[in-house]
Amino acid sequence: MLAVLGANPLTGYAALLDGAFGGAKNLANSSLKAMPLLLVGVGITIAFRAGVINIGGEGQIIAGAILSTLFVLGFPDVPRFVLLPLTFLVGALGGAIWGGMAGVLKSYARVNEILSTIMLNIIAVQILNLLLRGPLMDPGEIEKGSRIPHTERLSGNADLPILPGGTRLHLGVLVAVLMAVACYFLLFRTTQGLRLRAVGHNPFASRYAGMSVKRNVVLAFMYSGAMCGMAGVTLVFGSEGHRLATDGGATTFTGAAGFNGIVAALFGGLHPLWTIPASFLFGALLVGANAMQRAVQVPAALILALNGLVVVFVVGSMYARARLARTASESREQGEGGDSRSSGPSGDPEIRNPP
Amino acid sequence: MSDFLTVSVLLATLASGIRLATPFLLAALGETIGQRSGVLNLGVEGVMLLGAYGAYYATLRTDSVLLGIVVGLVVGGVMGIVYGVVTLALKAEQGISGIGIFIFGLGLSDLLFQKQVGTPTPIDGLGDVAIPLLGDLPWVGEVLFHQNVLVYAAFLLVPAMWFVIHRTPFGLDVRAVGETPEAADSLGVSVERTRYITIFVGNAFAGLAGAALALELGIFQQNLTNGHGFIAIALVYFGAWRPAGVMAGSLVFGLVSATVLQWKTLGIVVGTTASIVGMFPAVLTILVLVLVSRRTGQPSALTRPFERGH
Repeated sequence: MLAVLGANPLTGYAALLDGAFGGAKNLANSSLKAMPLLLVGVGITIAFRAGVINIGGEGQIIAGAILSTLFVLGFPDVPRFVLLPLTFLVGALGGAIWGGMAGVLKSYARVNEILSTIMLNIIAVQILNLLLRGPLMDPGEIEKGSRIPHTERLSGNADLPILPGGTRLHLGVLVAVLMAVACYFLLFRTTQGLRLRAVGHNPFASRYAGMSVKRNVVLAFMYSGAMCGMAGVTLVFGSEGHRLATDGGATTFTGAAGFNGIVAALFGGLHPLWTIPASFLFGALLVGANAMQRAVQVPAALILALNGLVVVFVVGSMYARARLARTASESREQGEGGDSRSSGPSGDPEIRNPP
Repeated sequence: MSDFLTVSVLLATLASGIRLATPFLLAALGETIGQRSGVLNLGVEGVMLLGAYGAYYATLRTDSVLLGIVVGLVVGGVMGIVYGVVTLALKAEQGISGIGIFIFGLGLSDLLFQKQVGTPTPIDGLGDVAIPLLGDLPWVGEVLFHQNVLVYAAFLLVPAMWFVIHRTPFGLDVRAVGETPEAADSLGVSVERTRYITIFVGNAFAGLAGAALALELGIFQQNLTNGHGFIAIALVYFGAWRPAGVMAGSLVFGLVSATVLQWKTLGIVVGTTASIVGMFPAVLTILVLVLVSRRTGQPSALTRPFERGH
């Protein structure tokens, strides 16, 4: 692909690898890039496991970022050890509200969640632009007349503390990993998690067993949105400017994390723990792509294109893998058992076992 | 506001509304025939972006709008073959593979644009063609018959698509495959072949829709479509899987977009209110989806991969 674009592939990939893994600084940068992907990826995993597709990561990140920014602007002087956890909570709440809307629309108005989450993304971007060009704009920018759409520098009490070790790694990375582990426990070690997975696996049987499919779909979207909202918090309070900003474009400050997180989740086999290495890989890919862009002038958008291919490839190979597994088990059971594939309503992903 | 309510401005808004409806209409018509055969293609947005870029680039380099249109169609067709192989041969889940195509198109169109063009360079888009006689009609002529060729083509495709789906043997196959593929299969209709054709046509239409968007705006930029493709999918639900209904929905969205644009031009909405107005299409889409959610008539095999012997 690089060669087609007229760049030396060897130089390009060498720059990519070095930029991603070369030295503690680059490794730290890769981890920082991986952080929002992991949070979004874990969120996406919960939704997928409950049988709904959440493409609204972008909007939920923005909702979490806006609500937590408003919170910190309102209470800048609260001591750090109280303010930080509260900020994460408020951000999670913002994402949960935004995601929950898609859940309610899906459950109670039968609106296709893919379409509603995409539309909610567009609405969130517009709200962000509206706030940053209006009431939330840095007063300093208005005074200077430069009117760059970003907030003032947010309270230092809400800065995510830098981890020891001399790199830019901050608390957000730890939070992301902790949340991935927490979601593993939620999904696989609690009754609520069992309900979510049951609803995703077979909604009809779940209803027969007395579970409310509608309620669980809304819940799945809220958990999913909460994770994305926390990604928004890490992106704002872990940013170098310590403020909420926009470029007015479609992906704003998120760097398309809401979409790349989906790729990380699929690549991690829709398992919260496997999503940790998968997001690190894609974070490294993104950091490396920037290094590559500088070395051989290939735009970093290459990575988004490649990610699309990865998604297509991963879902394309799922059927083949499922079929292999089925043939194996059928030959063991002498053809007994028959069709084990779920035939749920439209849109139910047939993803079950992680690799 | 009084600037807006003058005859000439209103007529211009109507005319531009019809023009802006074209990308929605082309993409939604393609999606309609795909869904009638039981295939939900969520990659429309990505294919539109690639088609838009292809058309823009071809026109930029050769100054030939016609070549731009052809490139848009071809790009769409190629993506159709890819999507067909992924969903039919590999039997991938349609929802996520469509999202993969979307992300791929979003990235690749931006990548190629940055690499090959760099700075946004406007191109001479499609010129208007006045239809003789009809174009001279007062008011009506100005609104309906001073449009570019793609507008005429898109609206002529509405009855054509209806005819194909409802009045030809192939259309019968399409509907049979979309409702009960097992029954169609037992009567000797090839489910795969039928769906390959509808996916190919649908994606070619999406590519053409992207070309229409780029050539009407005369520009390309990152994420040019900004949800057009997804709105087109919503319009198929709105139109109850019928070409005429899809056309009505496209016109609504075209007129809303045109009104928003006109208000911006006239300075009725400025600054932050522009963001509020920018939400209109997205909010409208959600409202539309809520309103039509009770609608029946969805092809029963939609999103269901077909496999013999089950």
